[in-house]
Amino acid sequence: MSAGTLSGRLDALVRRVVSPPRLTSLALHLLAVGIALVFAVIVLAGILAAYGTAPSAVIEVVGEYALTPAGWVAMVNKGTTYYLAGLAAAIGFRMYLFNIGIDGQYRLGVFAAAVVGAAVGLPMVLQIPLLVLTACVVAGAWAAIAAHLKASRGVSEVISTIMLNAVATGVIAFLIAPERFGAAEEGSNNTQTALMNESGWMPAIHVPGLGEVYGFTVVAVLVGVLFWVVTERTRFGFEQRASGAAPRAALLGGTDPRRMVVLTMVASGVVAGLVGLPELLGATSHRYGISFPAGLAWVGLSIAIVGRNHPVGVALGALLWVFLERCALPLDLIGIPTEVVAVVQATVVLAVVTSYELVHGMSERSARRRAAAFARGRADTTEAPAETAAESPAEEHA
Amino acid sequence: MTEQTTPSGSTATAVELDGITKTYPGVVANDAVTLRVAPGTVHAVVGENGAGKSTLMKILYGTTRPDHGTIRVDGRPVSFSSPADAIGAGIGMVFQHFKLAENLTVLDNVILGAEPMRRSRFGAIDREAAAERIRDLSERYGLDVDPDALVADLGVGRRQRVELVKVLYRGARILILDEPTALLTVQESADLLGRIRGLCADGLTVVFISHHLDEVVGISDAITVMRRGRVVADVRPGETDTHELAVLMVGAEPAALPLRARGAVRPPLLALDRVSTGRSPGGGRLDQLGLEVGRGEIVGVAGVEGNGQDELVDALLGVLPLTSGSVVLDGEDLAGRSTADRRVGGIGCIPQDRQREGVLLDEPLWRSQLLGHLHDPRLTRGRWIKVGAVRRAAETVVATSDVRVPSIDLPASALSGGNQQKFIVGRELDAEPDLLVAAQPTRGVDVGAQRAIWTRLIGAAERGTGVLLISADLEELLTLSDRIVVMVRGTVVAVHEAETVTVAEIGRSMTQAVA
Repeated sequence: MSAGTLSGRLDALVRRVVSPPRLTSLALHLLAVGIALVFAVIVLAGILAAYGTAPSAVIEVVGEYALTPAGWVAMVNKGTTYYLAGLAAAIGFRMYLFNIGIDGQYRLGVFAAAVVGAAVGLPMVLQIPLLVLTACVVAGAWAAIAAHLKASRGVSEVISTIMLNAVATGVIAFLIAPERFGAAEEGSNNTQTALMNESGWMPAIHVPGLGEVYGFTVVAVLVGVLFWVVTERTRFGFEQRASGAAPRAALLGGTDPRRMVVLTMVASGVVAGLVGLPELLGATSHRYGISFPAGLAWVGLSIAIVGRNHPVGVALGALLWVFLERCALPLDLIGIPTEVVAVVQATVVLAVVTSYELVHGMSERSARRRAAAFARGRADTTEAPAETAAESPAEEHA
Repeated sequence: MTEQTTPSGSTATAVELDGITKTYPGVVANDAVTLRVAPGTVHAVVGENGAGKSTLMKILYGTTRPDHGTIRVDGRPVSFSSPADAIGAGIGMVFQHFKLAENLTVLDNVILGAEPMRRSRFGAIDREAAAERIRDLSERYGLDVDPDALVADLGVGRRQRVELVKVLYRGARILILDEPTALLTVQESADLLGRIRGLCADGLTVVFISHHLDEVVGISDAITVMRRGRVVADVRPGETDTHELAVLMVGAEPAALPLRARGAVRPPLLALDRVSTGRSPGGGRLDQLGLEVGRGEIVGVAGVEGNGQDELVDALLGVLPLTSGSVVLDGEDLAGRSTADRRVGGIGCIPQDRQREGVLLDEPLWRSQLLGHLHDPRLTRGRWIKVGAVRRAAETVVATSDVRVPSIDLPASALSGGNQQKFIVGRELDAEPDLLVAAQPTRGVDVGAQRAIWTRLIGAAERGTGVLLISADLEELLTLSDRIVVMVRGTVVAVHEAETVTVAEIGRSMTQAVA
């Protein structure tokens, strides 16, 4: 009965958006991405037409100012940060959890890492793992608060993590004061932590002819591989999948879905803890200050949706996001407001969700046809009772 | 032969469907179906799941449009583009699952969407007139429905009658009843069927869909048998019996079930002693329940739904904690053992809701092999899943359990209900459990799949597995069980020997303690 209610249907819709069923073949993925691209390009063309700008002018200015050698490096560096935020969001989405607290989690984590990095001076092989561990543990612990509230009290993680973001801001503001963990700098009113020990500065990768790519990009790639291995090859990944898709099935099979909620939320927080590290360990300042990038939760959530919760998809999504943001300035040069970038990003989210839904519907129907045709063929040859699956699967599913 | 002389002397049909064809992608749901229903009769349509009955009824009720074919009501050609058109033509449909708002009265439910307005400027609802009309209908057709009663207070049987009043209130002269007795007890069914005959006596026409062939033979004036989208026979109840109908539906003699000696004394396996639980999320509980299953024994659990059957499954699997009593399996008290432990330790489970509990619909079929078997050393090693082994196990189940699917990479949702269920049964028996808890193992599957599943359950018992068979299908219980226990309000109120007990006796046990 409740399945027919508006909130029930909305809930089902949201679930499909954030944790869609997967397409079964690469060809279907390409088809879905193709449709999404066409749609996004049409919208973009409409916007350009509204501003009276020729597409060739856009291509020219983007090519000239955005796609420079330095531009590519900057995109990969910023993309690393976005990728980690996207993975953190994707972990939650696999169980329909909205970890909006990625923001607070990574800021607390990176702040703690900055403080430890300034206070401790181990050799680099120990120092960097220590900083990573610090950030992950602090961020994971912060996520555990929301996880506990959800599992034991049923508090929506959306509400609790938004509030915990605000609390994190307050906590950091309190702790970063010069009389506590902050350090005042001569001639600057920028509140920030002390400069980290040099053993915690992660060496960059020098790409000839382009520039310096964050060393942490390698770590991000490894995290992506780990994400795939855990989701596809481990019991934990399966239990997570089953608990999200069919909680009763998981429960009867011996998996406690509430325990999975806690573990998933904490895992998402742990990965969120990495989000600030490329910047902290790789950029030039090596401090945490009020100018440190914030608000990455929404970026991460969007990228996870566009990337379909798959590590490769999330990587492509992250690169697309930074590319679009990089286009903001050149576009401004030819009179298109930078806000257009946000419009295009939103269009991409909608286009990807819609086209995947479309393609999934197609592939599902074709799978049913195949199974029904096969069942009938078998019935004809074996003289066994007929099974015309015209109604049963379709109806039961609905 | 379906044409009949009406009281007025003219030859007419109440409903005439001619050459109805409806194709869904890849499947012909209705293939040139012709159905003639004489006025004032009960006309049954029988067939397996997927035979095309529901599609045909949807076409008659205006929710689906046929690709070809004509519909005539009372001799006039009609074309329905929505149920509103069908209702306008005097057709009403009662669905298998009630569509009633529990927190409203019978009156409110009946008039919802068809509210009678006072002839005043403000258009207030004329409740008095509506209540009067409902009392009229109730009296005239012997439905015994009080317009002021709250639906939440009504039993299942009476709710079904409220549904009847709802369609009659909208002026239906032709009623489509989709499995009207599916949720009723034996007594309630008999009662409802009697009242349906009463409707016809008053000139209404009833099109009746049912799986229960004995009901069909008992109540109908004419029977249409469908198979794979076609009408394969039009028969009269006096000229046929349930066996012949079953053969017509399936298109072949049903495969004989293996013989099994029943009622023997068997070594003990499972013993539940005065088991009580708190309320489950579903609202039921167990209350001092006692039950025993021996090795190789099939114990059937009968009872009206919602009398603790779901809680019994949950308690056995360790999902619902006990407040008192003990569950002993193979000499070992299961108290404190986790669900995962119990699954590894020899309890298999065929859950009652295969779509939510038995498979992962959107995932490739092979992944569902892992449900409930995450700790099976053949499929996992510590924290790691052996993907190759899981796929091979799924292939084996598909092959040995006759799951008709071309590839284990198709999503489970692509399979028909019968094939999903055969997969689940195969998966559970593949692990050779000591105890198999089977809840509604053949609900909603076709006769072929039902036979296959019954054969597997009998085979498992022969090899020494104890089977606890929870079912709403009395035929299933009588066919398979050694003993049948009857559950009422979370406890066992009667134990019958399956080979000697009658349906009526079980029915009496199911309702006696309720009164």
